[in-house]
Amino acid sequence: MLPAQDTKHLNEQDPDQLRIHSIESMGTHDGPGIRMVVFAQGCEFRCLYCQNPDTLDVKGGKFIPLEEIVRRAKNMKGYFGDKGGVTISGGEPMLQRRKLKKLFEMLHSEGIHTCLDSNGRLNTPDAYELLDETDLILLDVKHINDEWHKKLTKVSNVNTLKLAEYRESTGKPMWLRYVLVPGWSDQEEYLHELGQHFKDYKTIEKIEIQPYHKLGVHKWKMLGMKYELEGVEPPSVELIEKARGIFSQYFKEVKVN
Amino acid sequence: MANTTCKEFVAGTWNKEVDVRDFVIKNITPYEGDASFLQGPTARTTRLWEVLSVALKEERDNNGCRAIDTETVSTVTSHAAGYIDKESEVIVGLQTDEPLKRAMKPYGGIRVVEGAVKERELEVSERVKDIFYNYAKTHNDGVFDAYDAQIRAYRSKGILTGLPDNYARGRIIGDYRRLALYGTDFLVAEKKKDHANVGDEMTDANIRLREEISMQIKALNDIKKMGEIYGLDLSRPAENAQEAVQWVYMAYLAAVKEQDGAAMSLGNVSSFLDVFIQRDLEEGVITEEQAQEFIDQFVMKLRIVRHLRPGAYDDIFGGDPTWVTESIGGQFHDGRTKVTKTSFRFLQTLYNLGPAPEPNLTVLWSKELPEGFKKFCAQVSIDTSSIQYENDDLMRPNRGADDYGIACCVSQQEIGKSIQHFGARTNLPKTLLLALNQGKDEFSGVQLIDGIPAIKEGALDFDEVMGVFRKTMAEVARVYAKTMYIIHYMHDKYYYEKAQMALIDSHCNIDVAYGAAGISIIADSLSAIKHAKVTPVRNEEGLTVDFKIEGEYPKYGNDDDRVDELAKQITKEFFAELKKHATYKNANPTLSLLTITSNVVYGKKTGATPDGREAGVPFAPGANPMHGRDEHGAIASLNSVAKLDYNDAKDGISNTFSIVPKSIGTEPEDQKTNLVAMMDGYFGNNAHHLNVNVLNRETLMDAYENPEKYPQLTIRVSGYAVNFTRLSKAHQLEVISRTFHECM
Repeated sequence: MLPAQDTKHLNEQDPDQLRIHSIESMGTHDGPGIRMVVFAQGCEFRCLYCQNPDTLDVKGGKFIPLEEIVRRAKNMKGYFGDKGGVTISGGEPMLQRRKLKKLFEMLHSEGIHTCLDSNGRLNTPDAYELLDETDLILLDVKHINDEWHKKLTKVSNVNTLKLAEYRESTGKPMWLRYVLVPGWSDQEEYLHELGQHFKDYKTIEKIEIQPYHKLGVHKWKMLGMKYELEGVEPPSVELIEKARGIFSQYFKEVKVN
Repeated sequence: MANTTCKEFVAGTWNKEVDVRDFVIKNITPYEGDASFLQGPTARTTRLWEVLSVALKEERDNNGCRAIDTETVSTVTSHAAGYIDKESEVIVGLQTDEPLKRAMKPYGGIRVVEGAVKERELEVSERVKDIFYNYAKTHNDGVFDAYDAQIRAYRSKGILTGLPDNYARGRIIGDYRRLALYGTDFLVAEKKKDHANVGDEMTDANIRLREEISMQIKALNDIKKMGEIYGLDLSRPAENAQEAVQWVYMAYLAAVKEQDGAAMSLGNVSSFLDVFIQRDLEEGVITEEQAQEFIDQFVMKLRIVRHLRPGAYDDIFGGDPTWVTESIGGQFHDGRTKVTKTSFRFLQTLYNLGPAPEPNLTVLWSKELPEGFKKFCAQVSIDTSSIQYENDDLMRPNRGADDYGIACCVSQQEIGKSIQHFGARTNLPKTLLLALNQGKDEFSGVQLIDGIPAIKEGALDFDEVMGVFRKTMAEVARVYAKTMYIIHYMHDKYYYEKAQMALIDSHCNIDVAYGAAGISIIADSLSAIKHAKVTPVRNEEGLTVDFKIEGEYPKYGNDDDRVDELAKQITKEFFAELKKHATYKNANPTLSLLTITSNVVYGKKTGATPDGREAGVPFAPGANPMHGRDEHGAIASLNSVAKLDYNDAKDGISNTFSIVPKSIGTEPEDQKTNLVAMMDGYFGNNAHHLNVNVLNRETLMDAYENPEKYPQLTIRVSGYAVNFTRLSKAHQLEVISRTFHECM
């Protein structure tokens, strides 16, 4: 596993360029409608099931000027329809929050919808500023129980839950995302606990269950890193339906992504 | 005129002269609703399709050909009536006296016919051979009498291929609606007037036109006789919906009995037929089920149109296509939609009879199309991968016509007013290789062009390469233009499309449709030369056998202007060269970026190229980016293609797009909405054409291994759809290797 890294430079250096892994111009799974999805490079979480381990290293990836992202997004405007736009995913995009705030301002001046797919790692003032510039946040809650969260990601979920609170206070929309891993994040009591925790949030429009899959495993091997979930299989249809049933008691819309 | 039975229709100029558009505009009932009114097949339709499915299986089992009539030269009236199952048929008529029996049309070239028959271990009758070897002259004979050594060399080395010089050129769309609206008596009377009005100065053009119109009149009389064979009185207009469908089919049937053109398209008949259907429905004469039955059975007949083809033909046009292209939808100049319930009924045949490549259902896409229709199209694409889309908002204003159809894959034609002379295509990457090899063919070393200077040794210099490439393109364009002139001169002389031209204005516009293959290889090659370091590797004769590429270069298909502009620029320059030359009948030059399935055979015949493509590797189809080089996802890829300027390629810019179902959305409703948004975005960026396949690669691989499991698996290739299992194995592998857009 990649050791923890200092991530400060991602936010503070190269103000006009984003460090990215790649761009997918036709994203249909990260926010509403057709979206250009930019995968930011660098992450502090060390999720055992990470499907993009090649996005973790804060020194990896490549730079792309913010203006180039805007140019590409403008060329795609016709495809966005009423709902689509740009999603910044990753990696953890918030590590480059100052640049992203600027990028989102530029996109907004072109009338383009913005979406942030984040694990909610940060609660700094500039993270909140980015959030205020974000039309929709897809907040990945990896686990509601902090011990399990640490086991799964090597870090605490305190910041994530705090960020959710802040988002709720601003009244702007939010979707939750939950990766369902058999034996790791499928415990009934914790699914209920997550529901209980968020049931009164008015800004949450839906929760998306993301069934664990193994499509990223080969990348771990390519990077010479040990994959610790060896032997864990994707959830069965029954398990997914069970989780859907539980979440349905607390959220107005549950979607399996 | 004798149109008394149509007095309920709103009158107009169409009552006094041939003007189908006027009739449609005045009588159409645009439909803004959804697909919920549609009906399934009737028992008769199902029974008929079952009988036919057995025959189709026999055809597949017999290596793609069920039977050949080796005795008869096919004409409009050559065969007795044929039926699939007479009791069940509400729309009648076959090309020969039994379904899927192929007929000989030797006026294109007797050798090709004889070869095709021999491949099936049969013999052309002595009588027919005697006539065509000893008395009659064919198109093919004429062309080769006039070709020069240069044209022959270009042809044999594959600079120019797929030329319609030994088969019929096709692409002409008769206005088959005219027979239903007017009947032959009125049409003959109008043609007689035209004949009388040809100028009396005896120029070649005037003599030729008089002769042509006389032939057209004979054809109309033959169409009337063909009707009699089936007990139909085609001398008068159709009087109800069933007759309208029947009459239109009879007109089309005459065309495919007389000609075996590569692409023989139908036009835009659906909303015309809707006028008759709507009237009968309103008067309570028929039910929705019957309306659907007429269309289902008409479409069934179109699905079994067959021509006699040799095996070699399959290299260029894989999967035995006929391009019975029917264009559906689009808007009128006045802002109303041309979508009617019968537009839906045509698409519904893909459910009622299952998916199929023919007729080649083509949706003329406009941002303004009714939402219900857009959603239904998306649904049909997701379920069947059987339709293609072309940009009505681009073609309608640009070509100045709102009553048009698509010939073959992408060729716009104003119905009844305009035709085209099909010109196959030139191999642009091979042209580039000629430039890099002093005008010599890169494989044989044969000198094809003189005066191309050698380029300096070492890494290629962009400006120097552009210099020799421009010179080479100019010469290739010159030879290409003279080849086209000869082909169409001879086609008119020996294999004139009298039955189709009888249904087209005597003074019509003509386009000559040149084509170019391999634009993505050209763009990437020039980009590599410009942005990376490319050094040719040459054999002892000095011919390029490979290219060493050092460094990265921007690749076409990623919405990167640095390379996309090169694709655009070369298209413009090549077209500018083509426009410099004289054309037969003063036709207007147009250009297409389309390959059909010849991207595979082109690849085989082309050496290694400076983009890193190895010798023999297939080209990308049409204007597609090369497989796997579009790394930024589907829309970046679409955007690169959308940058090509339609004004430089008015004969069409083909793009074939394959996407995994899950990648267009999770929920079925999202998938439809996203596909509609994608189409609006692509065409909103002034793109011209899109084939949409919604498929998993695994399905195709399974069909490759187990064809018997997939008798109706249909996919879009390059401007047309094919039955996947009827493609050659080489074509199947090429399709499987294409980029399938998948989200990360």
